Amino acid sequence: MWRDAWLVAGRDLRIEVRSRVALWQVLPFAILVLFLFAFSFGPQRSQLANSAPGLFWLALLFSTVLFAQRARALEGSPATREATRLLGLDPAGVFLGKMMALCAELVLLEILLIIGVIVLFHVVVVSWWVLVSSCLLAALGLSAVSVLYGALSGESRMRATLLPVLMLPIAAPVLIAGVRSFQAALEHGAGLGGRWVGILAVFGVVYSALGIGLYGPLEEN
Amino acid sequence: MAPAIHLRSVVVIAGRFPVLAGVDLDLDEGSVCAVLGANGAGKTSLLRLLAGLVPVEGGQATILGHDLATDRQALRHKVGLLGHDAGMYEELFPKENLVFALRAARLDPRRAEPALERVGIQGRLARTPVGQLSAGQQRRVGLALLLARRPQVWLLDEPHAALDSEARTLLCELVEEAAVGGAIVVATSHEPNLVLPMADCVITMAGGVIFDNQPGLRRTPGASHVA
Repeated sequence: MWRDAWLVAGRDLRIEVRSRVALWQVLPFAILVLFLFAFSFGPQRSQLANSAPGLFWLALLFSTVLFAQRARALEGSPATREATRLLGLDPAGVFLGKMMALCAELVLLEILLIIGVIVLFHVVVVSWWVLVSSCLLAALGLSAVSVLYGALSGESRMRATLLPVLMLPIAAPVLIAGVRSFQAALEHGAGLGGRWVGILAVFGVVYSALGIGLYGPLEEN
Repeated sequence: MAPAIHLRSVVVIAGRFPVLAGVDLDLDEGSVCAVLGANGAGKTSLLRLLAGLVPVEGGQATILGHDLATDRQALRHKVGLLGHDAGMYEELFPKENLVFALRAARLDPRRAEPALERVGIQGRLARTPVGQLSAGQQRRVGLALLLARRPQVWLLDEPHAALDSEARTLLCELVEEAAVGGAIVVATSHEPNLVLPMADCVITMAGGVIFDNQPGLRRTPGASHVA
C-alpha cells in the first residue's frame, strides 16, 4: 500500500509541477481572496486582526475546493483512469498517495496564507505550535476529504459545482476548529488551542480511514 | 484443455441498456481475433469486459482462469488495453508514463526505453509531454506500453486509427510477436482489410451479440507488409 502511495504521490506532484496550475491559479486565488477581505474591512488594524483567523480559514477552504477539483483532474481522461486500473495498484495506496500530494500542496498554501495574514492583517502569533499543528492536521483532514469526495463526484458533468456543495458542509468542523485554534495561537490560549487541535486530529484520522476503506469501491462504481 | 478466454451467454449492462446481450466466445492462447461491426455493435464493450473493467450481469465468463463474476481485479494486471485514447498522462513525458506504469505493475522500469525506441519515440519526442504529441505518436506510446508490459491479453480498439503506414506495419509485427509468444490478441476494427490479414479468427458483432464467428483462419504470413 505505501509503495503505491509514494508512486502515486510522485506522479501527482510531478504533473502539478509541470502544469503549474497550482502555482499560477490556485495560490494567486488564495492570496487574492485575502486581499479582497482586507480591502473590504478597510484600514482599521484591530478589526483586521480580529477577523484574521476566520478569513485565513475561509481562504484556505475555498482554495481547497479548487485543489480538490484539480486532484481529480490529475487522474486524466476516463481512458487514463481505466488504463491505470489495469496496472493493479492498491486502491488504498492510490488514495493515500493522492492525499499525500494534496497535503503537501495545502501546506505550501497555508505557509503563503500565514505570511499573508501577518502582513495584511497585522496579527502577532504567540503560540506557534498551536498554529503549526492545527495547519498540518487541517491539511491532512482536508486532503482526505478532497480526494474522497473527488472520487464520489466521479465522472459527473456537474462535478465543478457538485464538489463544493458536497465538501464544504463536511469541512465545517475544520473551519470551526481551525478558527478557534488560530484565535488561541494569537491570544496566549495554548491550552484551549490544544483541544481544538485534537478535534482537527480526530477529523483527519476519521476521514483518512474512511478514504482508505471507501476509495476502491467508489472508483469501481 | 479449457480455452484461455471462455464466454457463455455473457450479458453486460450499461445504465439500463444491455451493451452485450448474450455473447459466446472461446479463444486459445496465441490466437489473434479480429472483431468487426458497425458503430454501437458492442465491440468496445466486449474489450472492456475482457479487461475486467465492467461487471458481468449474466452468463459465464472466465479469462486466464479468473471468473469475471468474482475475480475481475486479479485479471486486470494480465491485460493491456489500447483504446481510442492512449490513456496516458498528458503532462508527463512518454518515458515517465511508461516508468510509472511499469513500477505500478511491479515490472522492471528499464523496459521503458527499449520499448519506446522500438516504436520510434526517441530523441526530442521522448522529451515532449504526451499531450503535445500527435494522435499517432500518442498511439505509438500506448503500443510501447503494451510492448514493455507484455500482458497475456492484448486488447486493441481500432488499433490502426491515426497510425501512418510505417506504424501500421510495426503494429502488425508486434501483434504477430505477441501471438507467437502465447498472448491472446483481440482487435476491433471498421477496416477489415487492415485487421483480417493478421487474424486467425474473425467475429462480427451487431446489437451486442456475436452473429458470425469464423475460427481457425490462417494468419497471412508477413501480414504487416500487406497492411
